[in-house]
Amino acid sequence: MTGIIQIENLSKQYGSGTKALSDVSLTIQEGEIIALLGPNGAGKTTLISIICGLVVPTGGRVLVGGHDIRTDWRAARKLIGLVPQEIALEPFEKVINCVRFTRGLYGEGPDDAYIEQVLRSLALWDKRNAMTRELSGGMKRRVLIAKALSHRPKVLFLDEPTAGVDVALRREMWEVVDQLRRDGVTIILTTHYLEEAEEMADRIGVINHGELLLVKPTADLMGEFGKKTLTIELTAPLAMIPDALSDRGLRLSPDGRSLAYEYDTRAERTGIAHLLGDLAGQGITVRDVSTRQSSLEEVFMSLVAEPRQEVTA
Amino acid sequence: MSGVNWPGVWAIFHHEMTRFFRTIMQSLLSPVLSTVLYFVVFGAAIGGRIQSVEGVEYGAFIVPGLMMLTILQQSVSNASFGIYFPKFSGTIYEYLVSPVGWIEVTLGFVGAAATKAVLIALVILLTSFFFVGVHILHPVWMLAFLVLTALGFSLLGFIIGLWAKSFEQLQVVPMMVITPLVFLGGAFYSAEMLPPFWEGVAKLNPVLYLVSGFRWSFFGLADVPVGVSLVAVGLMIAACCAGIRWIFATGWRLRE
Repeated sequence: MTGIIQIENLSKQYGSGTKALSDVSLTIQEGEIIALLGPNGAGKTTLISIICGLVVPTGGRVLVGGHDIRTDWRAARKLIGLVPQEIALEPFEKVINCVRFTRGLYGEGPDDAYIEQVLRSLALWDKRNAMTRELSGGMKRRVLIAKALSHRPKVLFLDEPTAGVDVALRREMWEVVDQLRRDGVTIILTTHYLEEAEEMADRIGVINHGELLLVKPTADLMGEFGKKTLTIELTAPLAMIPDALSDRGLRLSPDGRSLAYEYDTRAERTGIAHLLGDLAGQGITVRDVSTRQSSLEEVFMSLVAEPRQEVTA
Repeated sequence: MSGVNWPGVWAIFHHEMTRFFRTIMQSLLSPVLSTVLYFVVFGAAIGGRIQSVEGVEYGAFIVPGLMMLTILQQSVSNASFGIYFPKFSGTIYEYLVSPVGWIEVTLGFVGAAATKAVLIALVILLTSFFFVGVHILHPVWMLAFLVLTALGFSLLGFIIGLWAKSFEQLQVVPMMVITPLVFLGGAFYSAEMLPPFWEGVAKLNPVLYLVSGFRWSFFGLADVPVGVSLVAVGLMIAACCAGIRWIFATGWRLRE
């Protein structure tokens, strides 16, 4: 099936010999939100930089809306909007002029009604005449989004949109992305945060060492890796897990002072309430409980440890 | 040029010109003030001792040189700063990801830098009318030389801005190369006033050909034939365009 973005055997090797991307292939459908996960230096930014025209690939090809990014770059780039990782704005320019400027670069004539709509949707209309240097970090990031949307792109790249921002702003960004999803914009975002990918993406791709390790629907990936562990601290140590609880998949710590119970947060019933009831029934008293979700690092460890899974692009 | 993204060119041009008018004191008044000082020092002080050069009053003789000095300095500094600032602030990415190529970016930045330089030079010309009587023999050629020289040196400034990795590098070429070339290029004297050996050396200076052609448009006097001056500025424009095209094609200092 032809997607709005087709990446075929894409590679990038820098002059120093560093391989930033190795033979990456991926098809992204129109209207889809795909999150690219990976640690620093994994190749996420290189991948989107190539698609957007910031980096020249050493192999493979990319089609955006059927246009080759190298031979038909004008048509391809008109379809794309990029929100970079670093906040880069003209400091002595008004917000509205920044957005108008970007629209012009994309070959579009003035359309103040549309720009007003974009600024209002990003809660920036009241700040339209403010200099960008006067804005908060969150507002600056929204200005970058407004600029990226100024020419009505079909595809929007968000390079770590919530890197280094507080929780409230992260939520705000998620709402913006959700609105764009409803408007039918295809979104490719890179992130370190599993939670962010889970919240926003239809599919998740995991990149490490320049290789696309897997691409899966978010629900499937979270089912596989999105486990939570309930740790139950006991008042008195146990020598072994009682027979009545042997079918619960509990793990007893070496010192016998805690039990670990792994459960799926998406399941209708997590079994926690029953477990706590059964522990009480066995005369085991609980001192404290805590939960911990699989971290992205653990997901990576799992992926690296397991045989390479087939990319379902 | 049917494939050119003209709204993109206009966006860059308009953006640059807006900055010029936003900083009008620095952009316009400062060079005018400097020129007035040149008139006072060179025109009044030295002009008092040199009555005329090749039949032209010294005060009037230096007007084309002063305009050329301004055109060269302003063209280089405006164009180099124009493209360097987005590199410094990080907004250069916009030019690299949008559907504008080397032609649009060059037309926008260089067009704006040349326009600013020509505007300032014309203001200096108007200012000179308060000090000396200047008659322009070939006004159309004067404008043509003004625009072509502004374009040539804006292109050179654009390359300097692309090359520079720091503000220091941005300053070094205009300060260490352009200004000496102008002063040694006959801005304030005729090359014929020099001893034969130094006249030969002066003719190795490309700026001499620009000043000479420009002075010819004012007074009909030239150190070198006008056609040679036109070829010199044409070659400069062509060489700079080729250099800029190469930079954008390879991404040197742009996509690093």
